[in-house]
Amino acid sequence: MDTELVGQRVVLRTDRRPDDATLVDDFTPELVDVGAHHLCPGCGEPIAIRSAVECIAELGAVERTISVFGIGCYTAFSNNLDIEVLQALHGRAPSLATGVKRMRPDALVLTVQGDGDMVNEGLQEVLHAAARGENITCVLLNNGVFGETGGHITSTTVLGQRTKNTLDGRDAERDGYPILIGDLIASMGGTAYAARGAVNDAGNVARTRRMLAAAFATQERGEGFSFVEILTMCPTGWFIETQESPDYLADVIAGTHQIGVLKGGDVPKGDR
Amino acid sequence: MTLTRGTVVIDREACKGCDLCIDACPPRVLEMTTTVVNTIGHRFPLLIAPGCTGCKACSQICPDFCFQVYKFDEPKEIPWPVD
Repeated sequence: MDTELVGQRVVLRTDRRPDDATLVDDFTPELVDVGAHHLCPGCGEPIAIRSAVECIAELGAVERTISVFGIGCYTAFSNNLDIEVLQALHGRAPSLATGVKRMRPDALVLTVQGDGDMVNEGLQEVLHAAARGENITCVLLNNGVFGETGGHITSTTVLGQRTKNTLDGRDAERDGYPILIGDLIASMGGTAYAARGAVNDAGNVARTRRMLAAAFATQERGEGFSFVEILTMCPTGWFIETQESPDYLADVIAGTHQIGVLKGGDVPKGDR
Repeated sequence: MTLTRGTVVIDREACKGCDLCIDACPPRVLEMTTTVVNTIGHRFPLLIAPGCTGCKACSQICPDFCFQVYKFDEPKEIPWPVD
């Protein structure tokens, strides 16, 4: 391999494709039209959405997938995707998805919402959809802050977590306790599959992808409501350095919102 | 000598310098620049030594889709360091 000089350092060249190698992962998967976006450095949401659209592509369900997006930072990323996207009112994505699925039962219907959208603004929407056993998949991108408005506390912010209005950490006496939405939904009778993943390292990204595949498979089999909560990094809203955010997620966020399959599916060893 | 099974192409201009790829890389062959930045002012990763396995950890963790990953048809021995 050729080398080049960057600054004062000799490194291996990474500006052109090698002749004697096979491409195993492209810049973007086929359903992400444009990789460039305006989300902050170190944001976990593009990683999570990439995993979801790669699952849809692997399932061969691209042409019949209809996604419903809530309101949050990730909403801007919907423009980059080559799948059908409907824009819901704040918190109302599960209800819109219910209508879509009932009119188009052959479609693969998923919602993409943040914790502010799903758990603060529209908690009753997702709970009622789960209780009714709607045959849709709801994906929650949970970073414990209202990222789009500057990093304020949400209902999933864990005790001790830094946000814009809890710079010393969430205090139970002052701010109350977090809602463990994944566990709440897993307790609903209409829920066929519920899991909580994360995108803070490559292992958890792969594990989360298996959870998304299991949720979509649950919907395809017509078994009822499926739900995947994905813990994502928000170094801007957490007021920490980007390189600290994967460990902060593991130590602080996942300490309360524990990663694993919560209900249904083939539970991999160690995922409970 | 470490066998090199894969390599990456890096879109330096797309990088926002978040460092997530550095800790994600199992063989630890990525490192951020310290004195050089791209045109939007961010540091970016460099492939600093042989040993890439083409495992895709960097591309899967990158929020800005900066990595293309390749596997060599045959593992290589790359002389290192170079003069």
